[in-house]
Amino acid sequence: MIQLTPAVNSHDHIYGNLQAQIELVEYGDYECPYCGAAYPIIKDIQQKLGRQLKFVFRNFPLSKIHPHAFSAAVATEAAGLQGKFWEMHDVVFENQKTLEKENIIRLAETVGLLPERFEIDLQQKALAEKVEKDFESGLRSGVNKTPSFFVNGEKYEGAWGEGQLLQYLETQLESILIV
Amino acid sequence: MLPIGIIAPDFELYSTPDQKLMLSDLRNQKIVLAFYPADWSPVCGDQMSLYSEMQKYFAKHNAQLVGISVDSKWSHLAFSEHNQFHFPLLADFEPKGAVARMYEAYNEKEGECRRALYVIDKNRIIRWRYLSPVGINPGADGILNALEQLDNLIKIQS
Repeated sequence: MIQLTPAVNSHDHIYGNLQAQIELVEYGDYECPYCGAAYPIIKDIQQKLGRQLKFVFRNFPLSKIHPHAFSAAVATEAAGLQGKFWEMHDVVFENQKTLEKENIIRLAETVGLLPERFEIDLQQKALAEKVEKDFESGLRSGVNKTPSFFVNGEKYEGAWGEGQLLQYLETQLESILIV
Repeated sequence: MLPIGIIAPDFELYSTPDQKLMLSDLRNQKIVLAFYPADWSPVCGDQMSLYSEMQKYFAKHNAQLVGISVDSKWSHLAFSEHNQFHFPLLADFEPKGAVARMYEAYNEKEGECRRALYVIDKNRIIRWRYLSPVGINPGADGILNALEQLDNLIKIQS
């Protein structure tokens, strides 16, 4: 069984209840169409599981095939510095076909980021390093495609497209609650 | 698959339409041999695309990645250009699958290479191997761990 390496920690972006029984980690690429398709599915899962779920997103940009994936990831990290990682994460996925720099800056404004600060932060080396670290942790964890999911630290190999992931999480939750 | 500890058998295959590559030409570096079924499988989940993103990590371990499938040199050229790969793809095309057979990595039923990985050290000794279940992209964790262990071993011995 392939384990998430490193486990979820304070460097991660965590959405939802920290004490939730179910921890779902996605390795994703903002320009990957499959990740784009997974985005509303994850939203739906978050809504259905509510306080039982914490969701973590780690970057796994396949830069050679998706030329804007890395810079988009850095942009979400820059938004994170202004406390708006998840807002940026959402609009970037919602506009994943137009992630050229000028669009990224426009998106940043729509989520209410201070534009000057955002543009300076985009140049921060530490943010690019954070994205690379995410990528490397994905390699270590056996990520072999995007999106890849980990549930409570273990790689999820099943399908996710038609309710299977939600169903799996609900089953996991039931078994945890029974114990 | 071939056992760990033996010398990796030498071979020569086309790496471009007019150039051949011999395994023994790759001196003074580690080699990652990645047998895979076919060019042109779906892009986001593709094993070679993932490895292409990892050039930096292979370079760090002084390792050269080499992909091998039974596709022709022309298919490899188009596939490689399309994805901007910067590592050789070898055509195990004529006689079909001869090298894959030699490495016990051939799927007779499908007429394709299996997803088999070998890590070979500087002395051309096989140090690690992995055969992936059908249809599953093996990812990179196994390769990275194997390369790291080799580097650690060299440090301890020197």
